[in-house]
Amino acid sequence: MSEEALIGLFVATVQFGTLVFLAALGELIAERAGVLNLGVEGMMAMGAVSGFMVGLETGSPWAAFFAAAAVGALVGGLHALVSVVLGADQVVSGLALTIGGLGLAAYVGRNVVGERPETLFTDLGIAGLADIPWIGEIFFDQPPVVYLTVLLGIAGWFVLARTRLGLAIRAAGESAPTTDTAGHSVMALRSGAVMVGGACAGAAGSFLSLYMAPGWVEGMVAGRGWIAVALVIFGAWRPGRLALGALLFGFTLALQPRLQSFDIELLGVEVNRISPALLGILPFVLTVVVLVIISWRYRHRPSPAPAALGLPYRREER
Amino acid sequence: MDDGVVAAFVFVGPVGDAGWTWAHDQGRRHAEDATGATTLFVENVPEVAEDFRAVVVDFIENEGADVIFGTSFGYMDPMEELAGEYPNVVFEHASGFKMNDTNFGNFFGRMYQPRYLSGMAAGAMTEADQIGYVAAFPIPEVLRGINAFTLGAQRVNPDVEVHVTWTFTWFDPAIEGDSAAALIEAGADVIAMHQDSTAPGLAAQEAGARWVSYNSDMSAFAPDAFITAPVWNWGPYYARIIEAVGAGTYSPGAYWGGMDDEIVALAPLAADVPADVSAEIDEVAAQLIDGSWDVFTGEIRDQDGNVVVADGETMEDGAMLGMTFFVEGVVGSATP
Repeated sequence: MSEEALIGLFVATVQFGTLVFLAALGELIAERAGVLNLGVEGMMAMGAVSGFMVGLETGSPWAAFFAAAAVGALVGGLHALVSVVLGADQVVSGLALTIGGLGLAAYVGRNVVGERPETLFTDLGIAGLADIPWIGEIFFDQPPVVYLTVLLGIAGWFVLARTRLGLAIRAAGESAPTTDTAGHSVMALRSGAVMVGGACAGAAGSFLSLYMAPGWVEGMVAGRGWIAVALVIFGAWRPGRLALGALLFGFTLALQPRLQSFDIELLGVEVNRISPALLGILPFVLTVVVLVIISWRYRHRPSPAPAALGLPYRREER
Repeated sequence: MDDGVVAAFVFVGPVGDAGWTWAHDQGRRHAEDATGATTLFVENVPEVAEDFRAVVVDFIENEGADVIFGTSFGYMDPMEELAGEYPNVVFEHASGFKMNDTNFGNFFGRMYQPRYLSGMAAGAMTEADQIGYVAAFPIPEVLRGINAFTLGAQRVNPDVEVHVTWTFTWFDPAIEGDSAAALIEAGADVIAMHQDSTAPGLAAQEAGARWVSYNSDMSAFAPDAFITAPVWNWGPYYARIIEAVGAGTYSPGAYWGGMDDEIVALAPLAADVPADVSAEIDEVAAQLIDGSWDVFTGEIRDQDGNVVVADGETMEDGAMLGMTFFVEGVVGSATP
């Protein structure tokens, strides 16, 4: 494997990792507040199409990015309305959001299929640092969304772990009645978390349509939203582990095409003969493995999953 | 003029995909202009029997469709059923292999012919003697395309290698673009492809490499990278079928047309393709059109060096349709 190819592998790892991390961070926040949202795929599609259209109209990738986040928050708000405010089943509402979001995105974007915006996100090339051999290209010559996502991840961790708001959000996900008794509005906390989650998913969608695969066409999210949902479990609901998991998942996504181009022998096995189809399911296999490990390690203790995850809360039903 | 004919098209994707469905829609427009028939279409019809049925029944019962064109492989079984239920309507299926004796036929094109020509252009343009091929699924249609492309590239450049990466997608721009980027990082300076997205071309342009697209002339998407493309041209066939239906002379067949019938063609070459190569491409195209020569003419060896087509022999259609090997010069696995 040449040096350029190896660097390319890690550059793509960071980009795929960013894509799934941003979406998964949003899902993690929603789940920590007790709301499972299986609509990530649909929210990403809505973000991808609306971001692309705003980019086409304004020529500004940042306007597109924030518009996509706003649309994601609105779509997430629908899930909040149905499952938090009205107390409907979160699984059903989330699945409806994925199916409906994909369909609506296809409808909204039907006239911009195949168009190309003038302005896309470009690699930043941080002065001085980008020229460092190896790590320069991998870490300091990425599009700005990558760095923003790192900041968002740190902010997400800080708010959840170190602030009163974060404590309240986590409390809403562990025991809604207790949170309610402590004087916090469970409905506001949960709805807010779901909308922030939607914003992250929408923004991730625009990273796809304005950088990774410029353009809009139906189906372009191609299951990355489901990878984000799996990633939250893989990360055991913690932002730090989520980041590690995202890089690992990103690595398997980046490895899929690259492994086929090289001859690599590992312990006598020709690794590059591993079917790329098999490689594609690796993130999901890893998730199941982690689930098994979690349930084994936590067999005598409460699981790391938020205790009230998926449970609607109505005050009168206490 | 068959003014009375109503022809209905069922598309698997959006007409704006710049690829497969776009090409079929161009064919529909051509046929409408050429025959004066009324044409209807529905986009994004999934390959699910119930969905397909609902669309087709509506076309027949409410719109008076006389002929239904289904443009995706997965429509085959419901088309066969519907052909039995509506004996007075003609059903024509792209890329399938089922038919009956009265009102159900199938059609496809010998895409391997223009793929060979596009391979010649790519073989001339690669300086690294390494071409990357972003491949969809390991099925005969795709393998045949890769082999034809490779044979064409070897004709003008005996040292060329074609490196294949499988994506297991027809349409996933992120993976397809990244696969092209990976092939370029590994040393390829020309990218060919078999999916319906333009992402490999954008990746090639970004990296300063060149690109052979597919389905349609995609030069507008990556003008600096674009070399040429093997393209579909369904219009004349659609027009012929519509005319036959109007005249009452339709009889179903299993049509596999080549460049002689114009159902497949080569898009215009980029300006910097050398003139001698361009002239040789024209020469070979003329042979393909007059039938004096075809692509899989021996001697052809597979990846392991076994002779698969003996010197002077030409592969039968059946063997071509069931192709499961890679020719010598392809790097990668035909059975990933």
